[in-house]
Amino acid sequence: MSGIPVSYYVIFSGLLFSIGLYGVLVRRHVVGILMSIEIIINAANINLVAFSRYVAAKPEMGQVFAAFVIVLAASAAAVGLAIVLSVYRNRRTIYTDEINLLKW
Amino acid sequence: MDVLHCLARFGFIAATLVTLAAAVMVVSLRNIFHCALALILVLLGVAATYISLKAEFFAVIQILLYVGAIMTLVIFAIMLTSKIADTTVPQTNRQSLVSFAILAMFDVFFIGSVIKTSWKVNAVTMAANVDAKVLGMAFMNEYVFPFEIISVVLIVALVGAIILGRSDQ
Amino acid sequence: MGYAYLIPLFPLAAFLIIIFNQKRLGHKSALVAIGGVALSALLSTGVILQVIGGTTYHDTFDWIRIGGMQLNFGILIDPLTAMMLFVVTYVGSIIFIYSQGYMHDDPRFPRFFAYLSLFMFSMLGLTLSNHFVQLYIFWELVGLCSYLLISFWFEKDSAANAGRKAFITTRIGDVGLFIGILLLYSVLGTLQFRDFTPEFLSQKGAGHETILTLACILIFAGACGKSAQFPLHVWLPDAMEGPTPVSALIHAATMVAAGVYLIVRSTPIFSAFPDSLKVVAVIGTITACMAGFIALTANDIKKVLAYSTISQLGYMMAAIGVGGSTAGAFHLMTHAFFKALLFLGAGSVIHGAHTQDIREMGGLFPKMKITALTFLVASLAISGVPPLSGFFSKDEILTAAYESGNMIIYYALLVTAFMTAFYMFRLYALTFLGKPRKDIHAHESPAVMTVPLSILAVFSVVVGLPGSPYMNHWFQTFLHGGHPEEIHAIPFVVQCSIGAGLSGILLALILYLALPKVPEFLAKIFKPLYLLSSNKFWMDEFYQAVFIKPAWALGRLLFKFDQNIVDGAVNQTAVQTLNLSAVQRWFDQTVVDGIVNGVGAVTQWTSGVARKFQTGLIQNYLFVLVVGFILAIIVQIH
Repeated sequence: MSGIPVSYYVIFSGLLFSIGLYGVLVRRHVVGILMSIEIIINAANINLVAFSRYVAAKPEMGQVFAAFVIVLAASAAAVGLAIVLSVYRNRRTIYTDEINLLKW
Repeated sequence: MDVLHCLARFGFIAATLVTLAAAVMVVSLRNIFHCALALILVLLGVAATYISLKAEFFAVIQILLYVGAIMTLVIFAIMLTSKIADTTVPQTNRQSLVSFAILAMFDVFFIGSVIKTSWKVNAVTMAANVDAKVLGMAFMNEYVFPFEIISVVLIVALVGAIILGRSDQ
Repeated sequence: MGYAYLIPLFPLAAFLIIIFNQKRLGHKSALVAIGGVALSALLSTGVILQVIGGTTYHDTFDWIRIGGMQLNFGILIDPLTAMMLFVVTYVGSIIFIYSQGYMHDDPRFPRFFAYLSLFMFSMLGLTLSNHFVQLYIFWELVGLCSYLLISFWFEKDSAANAGRKAFITTRIGDVGLFIGILLLYSVLGTLQFRDFTPEFLSQKGAGHETILTLACILIFAGACGKSAQFPLHVWLPDAMEGPTPVSALIHAATMVAAGVYLIVRSTPIFSAFPDSLKVVAVIGTITACMAGFIALTANDIKKVLAYSTISQLGYMMAAIGVGGSTAGAFHLMTHAFFKALLFLGAGSVIHGAHTQDIREMGGLFPKMKITALTFLVASLAISGVPPLSGFFSKDEILTAAYESGNMIIYYALLVTAFMTAFYMFRLYALTFLGKPRKDIHAHESPAVMTVPLSILAVFSVVVGLPGSPYMNHWFQTFLHGGHPEEIHAIPFVVQCSIGAGLSGILLALILYLALPKVPEFLAKIFKPLYLLSSNKFWMDEFYQAVFIKPAWALGRLLFKFDQNIVDGAVNQTAVQTLNLSAVQRWFDQTVVDGIVNGVGAVTQWTSGVARKFQTGLIQNYLFVLVVGFILAIIVQIH
């Protein structure tokens, strides 16, 4: 079955990645940034799984990697949200514009 | 089988478009809760993409972990800090235009490069069947060491998160 | 005669003892000095007797060897030395005894006798020398002692100036002497007196006549300085500022005779180059006439005697110049005694009458009998009245001049003899005879002063006899080392000399005793001559204008030069250094500090710009990161 060409998946993951990157660079809400990071990770995951299906030596290799990535994304999200809570308690703000203690 | 193929292709494109639209919503909505819900949609769309890639088990894992656990966590965090979320406050900072421009240019360049490339595919791999058993065998035999490590990492991250999230006493 | 070395050492010892024990000895220092000179006289007597017996003595010991030149110290004792020893020690002893009385009230009494002893040492050393350099050393020492003694009363400006004048004037002569010695050595290669025999001179001197004549003239220049010949005679009248015993010893009997002694000693050399003898004769004659002429109008008793000394020394030089060196030496001996007597007598007069101007004296004969009588004897001797000593020696000189064929010199000397008699008896008449012109309470001097006068008077009478025909001219033979000299008295000369002397005496007595107004009248008539004489031929003024004032001007000019230019240069160096340092300070402040501050300012500005990068917003950093990442990808894919 010829199915869908690989390039479709690559284009898709690329677009998803750049949307997520835009969100990281642009959103003011801290949790929004974290969610954008999740989008980026997912885009990478799609890329991994697509390539493992199409070109890898062993087809389960990509999915194993993607599973690890999910676990890491989860831990990253957990730690990130803990930090958000901590910052919220100290600074009473969740907008990154207002957290600029390292400003000149 | 052409019908199935067409259906598959149609389904894939639909899922892709939904995912992309939801992603755009994630990065631009003002109400953060709506963004979270859009994110759930994104994740579901990604799971659908996995199904189209004949990684059904993985799609289920995705939904379970991401949507079930991580999004719960995110919504908890939003709730705990949403008292000051104001829908009238702009959600984008000052570098939105420049970032959009640069990323758009990059996208154009990237898509162009990808289309120009001739991708070589491996027919054997394409025909292979990956299900729970195969994955389980892989985890337990070949990738058992990273598996253990990743569980330690998870423990450490969770413990760290608990410590970080503790209120000062 | 090895003990001859001791002769100068006794006065030297006396000098050293006195000079270190002045306070302790006080008036006893005179005894130490007299003891020293008396011992020298004693030893000299022994030496003289031995020389009369025919012995001569010569001894040297090595002193310095420089390159190829050997200098020795040594002693030469021959008849001439013996005569000088006799004169110096005997006259010296008598004057030492006299000084004890004359200087009795002086606060620096011991120092006077120390200087006198030092002088004795130097003069005896000079006499005993056996070569030119040793003689020159003692020559300089004698000059130093003369300076110390002339300016003994240095509180008086006139005395200090006189001492300085004497030293500088004799120094000019000494330079000539030194150059002469150097020339002699460079041509002949030796300086020992004994080496200058006629054979040696004709051998080695051949071809160098001009240089050697010049050397002789230069040596004579040294003698001119010491013996006050024209034109270096100007110091002797001023030297009368010193105490009278000093004038007697140094400036009558001994030091001024050193010049004559030098020329007599060098007669072999001078004879080999006759031109130098001509110079000696001419200068001697000029000096004799000129000094005699000036003495005619002098009014200070010591100045008359000073000019008389100059004139008599001119006589001696003229004698040597015309070939009568023994006559000159004979006259030296007789002159020492009667001139010393004249000076000591003058000292006695000054001591008794408290004045030196003869116009204020007169009629001192009754009050100072011994002084007057001894003074008379000396005046007769110097005027050449037989049978006193002066007659024989002066007569010999005139004979030598007559025989040399130089009539100008002979007549000049004859006229000078007339003048000598005239001014001496003018002096005598104005001082001792006639009525007192001023009311001075004069008194005779103590015995310690009059006894030496008497002794010297006896000597003045008898010391001429050894050279007289009555003893067959024993003295001249003695001086020639045993070779009898052909001396025959020429009646014409004898008559003329006696005539000149007696007529001078008579004229003086007539003018100044019987006709006191006539001298003033004559002075008015012959005004130019009178002025010429009383102003000493204006020689001092001439020297002042031609030599001294320019020298002072040069000194002032050099001082200005030193002040302005040299000091100016030094100050300018300092000023320029300050300016240079100001420039450097400007440079340091403006440029160097500017650079340093500029670096700081640039850094500040740069950091001011650069810190704006630190916005503190993570998303800005992320943006930059993404841009860079994209660029890397693009570069990689391309």
